[in-house]
Amino acid sequence: MFDNFGPNIARVLEKYWGLFLQGAGYTLLLSFITVFFGTILGSALALMRRSRFKPANALATGYVELMRGTPLLLQLYFFYFMLPELLPLLNLSKFACVSIALVFNSAAYVCEIVRAGIQAVDPGQTEAARTLGLSARQAMTRIVLPQAVKNILPALGNEFVTVIKETSLASTFFVGDLMTQYSTVRGTMFLVLEPLVVVGVIYFLLTFFLSKLVNSLERRMKASD
Amino acid sequence: MIETIALCKNFGDLEVLRGITETVRNGEVISVIGPSGSGKSTFLRCLNLLESPTSGTVVFDGVSLTDRGVDLNLHRQKMGMVFQHFNVFPHLTVLQNITLAPVLLKKRSRPDAEAYARELLARVGLSDKAQEHPRRLSGGQKQRLAIVRALAMDPEVMLFDEPTSALDPEMVGEVLQVIKNLVLQGMTCVIVTHEMGFAREVSSRVLFMDEGRIEEQGSPEELFDRPRSPRTQAFLSKVLR
Repeated sequence: MFDNFGPNIARVLEKYWGLFLQGAGYTLLLSFITVFFGTILGSALALMRRSRFKPANALATGYVELMRGTPLLLQLYFFYFMLPELLPLLNLSKFACVSIALVFNSAAYVCEIVRAGIQAVDPGQTEAARTLGLSARQAMTRIVLPQAVKNILPALGNEFVTVIKETSLASTFFVGDLMTQYSTVRGTMFLVLEPLVVVGVIYFLLTFFLSKLVNSLERRMKASD
Repeated sequence: MIETIALCKNFGDLEVLRGITETVRNGEVISVIGPSGSGKSTFLRCLNLLESPTSGTVVFDGVSLTDRGVDLNLHRQKMGMVFQHFNVFPHLTVLQNITLAPVLLKKRSRPDAEAYARELLARVGLSDKAQEHPRRLSGGQKQRLAIVRALAMDPEVMLFDEPTSALDPEMVGEVLQVIKNLVLQGMTCVIVTHEMGFAREVSSRVLFMDEGRIEEQGSPEELFDRPRSPRTQAFLSKVLR
């Protein structure tokens, strides 16, 4: 079985490198959409969780627990079938449905990232701001958030790396990401392992270099403290 | 200037303040001393409602701060506070630390606020640090910055919460000197401190707190030389040696 392993990989690459490149592009796009909108939605959830208005807090808390307590694949199925039923007029594409599912999932994790980032800022900072006469909102925007960002940004980078790997589940619905391309190549070339190795290497390279990037970002943020 | 009436504060089942009725008059320098856990810091933090009292009233300039609907932010501008752990803003430069509140809340122009900030910095010997970030400052310098930050709002009273307790011994003097200069200029101060020599030197009145009450109070001479309460005597014999 491993006789032609090397030559087979070369053949796969030669014939389908464009497809893999496209797949990597879709994977990155899907990850970016997920983390970008997940951050917006997640920050809103974090605000709700910090709110003194009990129903908002309960709603956000329940949401986060639910999304973190059920499998992503299940959520993907749920949104994939539910969204077209719920909003038939929008004529959502597969890609859109899957993106929305990933966004809603990621938002729950981002919510916790933002919350932890804010909580990690010394309460003395808020106290000092409030004693100067700043309102709670001013203390948050002028003093706490600028410091919390330093905790939040690196964690968001790590979330991005995680999401890159999680988007592989979206290939269940053939949305054109790396894992989808694997299925395509496997089907046309009747090779199982070789394209898997190729795709694996691409995933690894993506996450490896992004992690390095996040780490250096983190170090620079620490240095400017 | 500040008046507390039957001030009580509980943290859960713990009664930290058990009914404190006290007045801080204009120009007074009051030191609050007592064993740890006696409620000194909580008392101080109730004066600007950083802790909201469980019951009782705090009146500042004739306004009851404990009433509903009072604009606390406005009144806090007139009460400067200095913390044990400095709480300077690490993401802002020294100058920005000082000008943030005056520009944001008192609508002073930036050049005006900066000129005033530089003048204040010169008074505490930090002129050359204006553009630095606080991470480059020593503990003593951070605390002097924190004092200046509060002064930039032109407060009517300064509240000090153990301002030298987190400092290395060699830096205590420089911070106490800054506070002493403030006192000489006639600033009304309430100082929670463990520095007995300092309290004796600068205070017009000393409060000894124990178990959430003011056990004894008087002039520094009365309290340090002729304490009447056995608790005060016991405390002083431990800390004065």
